[in-house]
Amino acid sequence: MDLSTFVFYFFAGITLVSALFILFTRNILYAAFALMLTFLGVAGIFVFAGAEFIAITQILVYVGGILVLIVFGVMLTNRLQGQKVLTPVYRKLMGLIVGGGLFLILFKAIVEANFGAITWVSGNTQTEPTSLKKLGLTLMTDYVLAFEVIGILLLIALIGAIHMAGGKRKEVSDAS
Amino acid sequence: MYAFIFFLTFLLIYTIFAVYAERKISAFIQDRLGPMEVGYYGILQTVADLLKLVQKEDIVPTAADKKIFKPAPVIVFMAVFAGFAVLPLTSGFKGAEVQIGLFYLLAIISLDVVGILMAGWGSNSKYALFGAMRSVAQIISYEIPLGLSVLCVIMISQTLSLQEIIYQQGIYIQHLDEGAVNYLFGIKALGIETTNIGGILTWNIFRAPIFLIGYVIFFIASLAECNRAPFDIPEAESELVAGYHVEYSGFRWALIMLSEYGMMLLVSFLGAILFLGGWNSPLPNIGSFALADWTTGEPGTLPGHLWGGFWLIGKALIAVGVQIWIRWTYPRLRLDQLMNLSWKYLTPAAIILVLLSALWRLLMI
Repeated sequence: MDLSTFVFYFFAGITLVSALFILFTRNILYAAFALMLTFLGVAGIFVFAGAEFIAITQILVYVGGILVLIVFGVMLTNRLQGQKVLTPVYRKLMGLIVGGGLFLILFKAIVEANFGAITWVSGNTQTEPTSLKKLGLTLMTDYVLAFEVIGILLLIALIGAIHMAGGKRKEVSDAS
Repeated sequence: MYAFIFFLTFLLIYTIFAVYAERKISAFIQDRLGPMEVGYYGILQTVADLLKLVQKEDIVPTAADKKIFKPAPVIVFMAVFAGFAVLPLTSGFKGAEVQIGLFYLLAIISLDVVGILMAGWGSNSKYALFGAMRSVAQIISYEIPLGLSVLCVIMISQTLSLQEIIYQQGIYIQHLDEGAVNYLFGIKALGIETTNIGGILTWNIFRAPIFLIGYVIFFIASLAECNRAPFDIPEAESELVAGYHVEYSGFRWALIMLSEYGMMLLVSFLGAILFLGGWNSPLPNIGSFALADWTTGEPGTLPGHLWGGFWLIGKALIAVGVQIWIRWTYPRLRLDQLMNLSWKYLTPAAIILVLLSALWRLLMI
């Protein structure tokens, strides 16, 4: 087994074990911190696949942003009595059926699919690290519509968040 | 690999002297003597403290959440130390030469927020929790002006690679890009070429003079990132005892302290690389006095390594010194003042600066 295979299985293992831990732990906070490991593992796999930029974006957005927000939410809403934050388990059977079914569909599709036959996969066999310039240019030319739409969507979300959070409390002009 | 070993030892030695410097400078500012007992002028005081610290019992509070409490300092330190991986210390230094070094640095630094949250929550103490909450709120708020001021540099430099950003700020600009030239203040219309003059004239703060403001914004935001005074409300001794690490002792506490000083060094390095020319000499070539040539050294050669390391480490250590100086000069900001400063002054100023950088880039080409 060469080094790259070992590295791949290392990151895949981290992702898998932490994801399973999230499933089976009942402590929300442990789950949130295990989610960090999952994100890091996935970022490692991205680097392994030559997509450095996506990997770093994954860390920046998910670990630095969303995960912190989740933990913050749990802390601000639940800590007060000093007991641990546990989640009960509901509808085990239905959950198992839906989850298992989804897994089966995905598994079947991935096994059946012939990825080598897709033109944009077979046309891109070079393994050199992604050129950042190329990525930026493609983003601002071929995919500019999607890019701008996402930008506007984020702006709307931002304004919505400010509208929901602010404006209800009267500002006290003199803090003393 | 040698980058790892070098930075680990460097960080440890630097921290010992930085703590000593902190105590001596604070003593000077407050008209005291500071540590005087251990060694000549107390120079071994930190070493003695360190020996004491390592021998201390590692106390874990009974009510603490041990699974979260124990790894928290390691995560904080790892996040800060991982940032050093991409720093190009000299012109030929082979750290991790990734194309997206700057982006990686900003992302990996934000990981330490998770460690702080773990420490604050795991301690199961209200002081630690308050400290962690304040700290995280502050770090996330100040990441925005920090990121925006870094973005200005990216727009002028057109690259995310730290090594390339440094090369552009000196006499070896054509080493990576054949046709590249520098103009005075970056304005091509002036027609004064500074490519071969180098020195301070080609630093980013001179290539685009608006970066003087950019560096101030970056510096203020980086102070807040490190939880240093005047932004040390997360660790306010008079109300929170010590902030998120109040329950830690012994080696784990030492790790947290190490990462705090490491963070100071890291942002100082980053500021020096982005705005102050990195490993380039501040001395320009003046006529036959080729001071920049003499004090930079060809990339990859031994003089290149020695001069490069000297200038970059020197600049970073001066910035650390200024951080210490500011800590002992200014009073702590109140929480609302802190948020006001970030959201109402620094962030709008940084956004305007991004716009100006785009315009400046047009003048440069």
